[in-house]
Amino acid sequence: MSNNLVIGIGALVVGGVVGYFAGAGNEKIVEVEKVVEVEKQQTATLDAVKSKGFVQCGVSQGLPGFSNSDDSGKWTGIDVDVCRAVAAAVFGDSSKVKFTPLSAKQRFTALASGEIDVLSRNTTWTMTRDTQLGLNFAGVNYYDGQGMMVPKSLGAKSAMELDGANICTNTGTTTELNITDFFRSNGMKFNLVAFEKADEVVAAYDAGRCDVYTTDRSGLAAQRTKLTNPDDHMVLPEIISKEPLGPVVRQGDDQWFNIVRWSLRAMINAEEMGITSANAKSKVNDNNPAIKRLLGSEGNFGAELGLSNDWALNILSQVGNYGESYEAHVGPNTPLKLDRGVNELWSKGGILYAAPIR
Amino acid sequence: MADHKHSANQNSEHAFVRAEDAPLLPPPATEAGITGWLWQNIFASMADFSSAGASLRSACVAALTVFLLYFGFAQIYTLLDFGVFSAVWSDPDELKREACWTVDQGGGLPSGWHAACWPFIYAKHKFIMYGAYPSEELWRVNLSVLLGIAGLAYVLIERLPRRREVGAMMLTLYPLLCFILLTGGNLAIPFGSIGLWLIIGLAVISLGRLAKRGFLGSTLSEFHAFIGLTGWAFVIYNTVRGLGAVDFGLEPIDTRDWGGLLITLVVAVTGIVVSLPLGIILALGRRSEMPAARLICTVFIEFWRGVPLITVLFMASVMLPLFLPEGVNFDNLLRALIGVMLFSAAYMAEVIRGGLQAIDKGQYEGAQAMGLSYWQSMRLIILPQALTHVIPGIVNTFIGLFKDTTLVSIVGIFDLLGAGQSAIADAAWSTPVQATTMYLYIAIIFFVFCFGMSRYSIYMENKLSKSRRH
Repeated sequence: MSNNLVIGIGALVVGGVVGYFAGAGNEKIVEVEKVVEVEKQQTATLDAVKSKGFVQCGVSQGLPGFSNSDDSGKWTGIDVDVCRAVAAAVFGDSSKVKFTPLSAKQRFTALASGEIDVLSRNTTWTMTRDTQLGLNFAGVNYYDGQGMMVPKSLGAKSAMELDGANICTNTGTTTELNITDFFRSNGMKFNLVAFEKADEVVAAYDAGRCDVYTTDRSGLAAQRTKLTNPDDHMVLPEIISKEPLGPVVRQGDDQWFNIVRWSLRAMINAEEMGITSANAKSKVNDNNPAIKRLLGSEGNFGAELGLSNDWALNILSQVGNYGESYEAHVGPNTPLKLDRGVNELWSKGGILYAAPIR
Repeated sequence: MADHKHSANQNSEHAFVRAEDAPLLPPPATEAGITGWLWQNIFASMADFSSAGASLRSACVAALTVFLLYFGFAQIYTLLDFGVFSAVWSDPDELKREACWTVDQGGGLPSGWHAACWPFIYAKHKFIMYGAYPSEELWRVNLSVLLGIAGLAYVLIERLPRRREVGAMMLTLYPLLCFILLTGGNLAIPFGSIGLWLIIGLAVISLGRLAKRGFLGSTLSEFHAFIGLTGWAFVIYNTVRGLGAVDFGLEPIDTRDWGGLLITLVVAVTGIVVSLPLGIILALGRRSEMPAARLICTVFIEFWRGVPLITVLFMASVMLPLFLPEGVNFDNLLRALIGVMLFSAAYMAEVIRGGLQAIDKGQYEGAQAMGLSYWQSMRLIILPQALTHVIPGIVNTFIGLFKDTTLVSIVGIFDLLGAGQSAIADAAWSTPVQATTMYLYIAIIFFVFCFGMSRYSIYMENKLSKSRRH
C-alpha cells in the first residue's frame, strides 16, 4: 500500500513538473518560431524553389471547387489554380507544382517550417493571422461569407425569423462562433447541434434534425447537392461574416510575396482586359499598352520580380484568367453553381479590384 | 396370429413374449436432423408449458426470438438492398452524379431512392487504392503487392520446403525491394561515403575476429561478439544504403503522391513487421536482471503507452519540423511510420511480457540446468511457449494497429479512409448517398483484412496449442 502511495505521489509530482515545463515550452516554441523567421528572411524562397525545380503548395484535404482531387487524382480548383499560376510565372510551366494536402491545424506550421512555399487553402485573412503568425496574405481569390440554409417549408424569409431554431454546424470552426454572435446580438434563442464532419452535418440536416444549416456560402452550395430534395431548401439572404480567402506566404521574403501577389493580380487584371487562355498569345502585340505591359512585350516588369518578362503570359496561356478559373471550378456550370456575386470585377459591380501593372 | 402360435410354445403364464427384434425406428424428430437441431437449440426453450412460470418464460423467449429474428433479417435486408438490390451499378452515359440522382434532384431514379452509387466507386477506385500515384507507374505497386502476397502465402502454407529461407527473404530483401520499387530508389547518397563506411565496417569485423583469437588482450576478447556484431551492422546498413542509392532508372515518386490502400498497407505492414521483434526485445529487456537494460526498456514502454497515437503523430508532423534546422525535412510518411512503429512495439512488448510471465519457473531453470545460454534458452525453450500463449493478444495488437493506421489521415496523409473522405469531397459526384457508399466500401475492405488476420490466428492457435486445449 505505502509503496503504491509513494508511486502515486511520485507520479503526481512528475506530472506537475512536466506540465510546468510543457507550459514553459510554449514560450520556447514561440521563440523557436521567431528564430526560424529571422533565418527565413535571409534565404530567398525563389532561389530555393528554382533549385528544387517545383513549387510546393499547401492545399486542403478536399474542398469542392477550391482544392480537390478529381477521378484521376489530379488536383483541381480555384485555390489550386493560384498554385499553378505561381509555377507558370516562375518556371513557365504550370505543371511544375506539387501539392501537400494539409489539415486546418497543420497548415500554418507547414508554411512556417518551410515544408511548403505557398499556402493556398481557403484560408480566411484575419488580423490575428496576419500579425501574429509570421505570415503575409498575398491577396484574396474568393470573398466568402457565412450563410444559412433552411427548408422552404419552415416559411422563414430572413434570418431574423429564426428565433428558437435548431442549428446544424461543424465543431471547432469559426462558423460556430459567428452564428452564436449573430443570434446573441439579435437577442434570439437557438440550439446548436454540432458535428465533426461536413457529411454528418448534411445528413443530420437532411433528416430534419435541425431547422438551419450554417456554413460558408460556397460550402452551402456544395453541400446542397447532397440533399434528398435540393429544391425544398433555400439559402437566406443574410451573410453573417466576412471570409476573404487567399494565398499565404511566409513573412520576410518580400520578393516571393510579390511573386505570389502579382500572379494573382495578373489573373484578375487579365480578365478585366479580356485576355483569356485562348487569346493570350495573340494579344502580345495588341495596341493597348496596358495589355503589352502585362504580357511582357513592353517594359521590364517580370525581371523586376526576379522572373522572365513573359511571366504573366505563361500564367494566362496555361492557367487562364481569374474568370476562366472561376467558371471552371465554382461557377454556374459546375456542381457548385455559384454566381459571381461580390467576386465579380469592380467594373461589373463586384469588389475584385487589382492594382494596375505599370 | 403369430403371437398366439409363439405363446403356445412358451410358458403359458406369459401372455406375450417377443421373439423378434423390434423394428428400428428412425430417431425422434426432436433429436436428429435439421428439425432436431432446430428443436433442441431454438424451440425446446419455448415449448415448456408445464407450469405457469414455465409458460410465461416460454412465451417471453418466443417473443424475444421473433423480435431478434425480425431485427436481424431487417438489418441484413436493408444492407443488401442498399448495397446490391437497389444499387446503381453502371453509368454508361458518363453522367457522373446525375446517374445517382432521384427525380427530386433532377435525375431519373424514383423519389425516395436511397442505395449505393457504385459508379462513384469505380471512378474513384484508382484514387482510393493508390492515391495520386502516377498511372503509368502503377505496375510497381502491383508488383510489390503481388510479390508480398506470393511470399506470404508461401510462408503460411506448411507443406512447402525451405519456408524458413523464404521467410528470411521476406523480412530482409523484400522490404528493400519494395522501397526501391515504390519510391524509385536513387537516393542522393554519395557512393564515396558508403564505400568509406563499408571499409570501416569490414575493419571492425576483422578487429572482432582478432579479438576472438586473443591477439588484443583479454579485455577486448570478451567483447569480440559485440565488436563483430557492430561491424556487421555497419556493413549491412551501408549495403542497404548503397542499394538505395543505385539508379535503377525508375522514376522517383514522392511519398506525397502515395495514398489509399497503398498507404494503409505500408503503414500496417511496417508496423506489424517491426513491432514483433522490437516488442520481443523490449519484453525481454523489461524482465532482464541488468538494471540499465530494464530501466531503459521500462521507460520506453511506459512512455509510448502513456501517450495517445494521435498525439505522437501530431508531434511528429507538426512540432518536429519547427525544431529541425531549415531545409532539413523528414518525409512526412517516414515520420508517421516511425511513430507507429515505436508505438506498436511498446504495446507488443507488454503482450509478450504477459506470455513470458505465464511460463513456469521450472522451464527457465530446466533450460539453465541443460547448460543453455540465455539467448539459447529464450530461443529454444521460453519464447516458443510464451508466444504460443499470447497469439490472441499479438493478433489483437496487429488488428488494432491495422485499424489505427486511419489516424494518419489527420496529419495530411491520405490513407484508405483519408482518400475516401477526400473523394467524397468531389462535387462532380455529390449525391445524398455519396458518403454512405464510400464508407460502406471502405468498411468492406477493412473487414476483409481484419477478418482474414483473425481467422489465421485461430488456425495458428489450434495448430500450436493442441496439447494445451482443455
